[in-house]
Amino acid sequence: MAGEKKPGEKAPSEKKPGKKKTGEKKPAEQKSIQKAAGDKKRGRKHHASRNPVLARGIGRYSRSAMYARKALYKRKYTAPETKIEKKKREKPRATITKPVGGDKNGGSRVVKIRKMPRYYPTEDVPRKLLSHGKKPFCQHKRRLRASITPGTVLILLTGRHRGKRVVFLKQLDTGLLLVTGPLVINRVPLRRAHQKFVIATSTKVDISGVKIPKHLTDAYFKKKRLRKPKHQEGEIFDTEKEKYELTEQRKADQKAVDAQILARIKKVPQLRGYLRSTFCLSNGVYPHKLVF
Amino acid sequence: VFKRFVEIGRVAFISFGPHAGKLVAIVDVIDQNRALVDGPCSGVRRQAMPFKCMQLTDFVLKFPHSARQKCVRLAWEKENINEKWAATRWAKKIEAREKKAKMTDFDRYKVMKAKRMRNRIIKHEMKKLQKLASKKGKKLEKPDKPEKSEKREKPEKSEKREKAPKSEKAQKAQK
Repeated sequence: MAGEKKPGEKAPSEKKPGKKKTGEKKPAEQKSIQKAAGDKKRGRKHHASRNPVLARGIGRYSRSAMYARKALYKRKYTAPETKIEKKKREKPRATITKPVGGDKNGGSRVVKIRKMPRYYPTEDVPRKLLSHGKKPFCQHKRRLRASITPGTVLILLTGRHRGKRVVFLKQLDTGLLLVTGPLVINRVPLRRAHQKFVIATSTKVDISGVKIPKHLTDAYFKKKRLRKPKHQEGEIFDTEKEKYELTEQRKADQKAVDAQILARIKKVPQLRGYLRSTFCLSNGVYPHKLVF
Repeated sequence: VFKRFVEIGRVAFISFGPHAGKLVAIVDVIDQNRALVDGPCSGVRRQAMPFKCMQLTDFVLKFPHSARQKCVRLAWEKENINEKWAATRWAKKIEAREKKAKMTDFDRYKVMKAKRMRNRIIKHEMKKLQKLASKKGKKLEKPDKPEKSEKREKPEKSEKREKAPKSEKAQKAQK
């Protein structure tokens, strides 16, 4: 009876993997003959489970026993090495041979590229406490007020162009606003303005199709400082670039952008005159009561 | 001395409170300080309201005291109070004030330009008439002509505060 039971049990268990096997083979065959051939090369017949089930979820053999039974010691595969791993594996050069002068010196020496430190301080620098969320400026989140959208007319409040009404183009990577007069209207060139020092009016110019050149970034607008201290006392304060020089590129960029915007400004009646005028407060005018 | 009285049917304008800016009709007087008030066509439920927040208008409706809302509504619509109110100077002033408060920066610029243009035209005409007058004055004639044109200019001032100063500009340019 026991003997009869066992083959009986085994048969249904063998049937299932058998079914699986045929099931797997059929779609494989349907897909392509080559794939089936490839399958056959590797491990064409999937063996039944080598771990008989004692109860649901519990096998007869442990993990290590199964390792041996499945002969995984013979079957170890690694994924192909990626480029990044390859680069990591490449070791940098440790030494370099340099020529050496002099008669009896042997012509060259082998010199280490990365040398041992020549000084160790008496006390080590104490370990800094962990902090989180302290990001450098370049990783800060840039925000833009909802009232400022491309094409909005802004009123500049500080700087040499204070009180002037100006058209907003886009926000740059550092968060500053790229803004233009246009130049022919109010002598404000392509310039950066700070969001906080600007009033956003509700007047908007339709700038939907305007293409702003990609090279207008913060680096383009950043003030240039030449630093070449020649260790001389006299005239250090003069040679710094005090005089701003207008480059041809700036003129070209200004023309390119303004041409597109002027066309759109002309369509709105009285907008040109509006941009030419400056903002001012007078008696009885209170900014908190004004609707911009 | 007093022309508007608190009476049944008097239409009042509410100046402050939750129903500020709406019109109501006085239905009944409760005591020295409060009235039963109802504004079916202006969105005010029938309620007691202190006299202090009411400002009397020139309109009076005809319905008996403590009349129900349906009667008040009928009377209101018969007299067409909503239209009459919109036609009064009081209501127009309120509207003009609201529009002025909503003016954007660009609108203010446009109004400034329109005013300036208008004043220039007026000044121009004045100067012309003054010249005429001074010439004719030398010939002993009375200068009643400048007065007539000034009166024509004044009614235009009330249109000034509208948000369409451009259309006025066109009118003035045609002048």
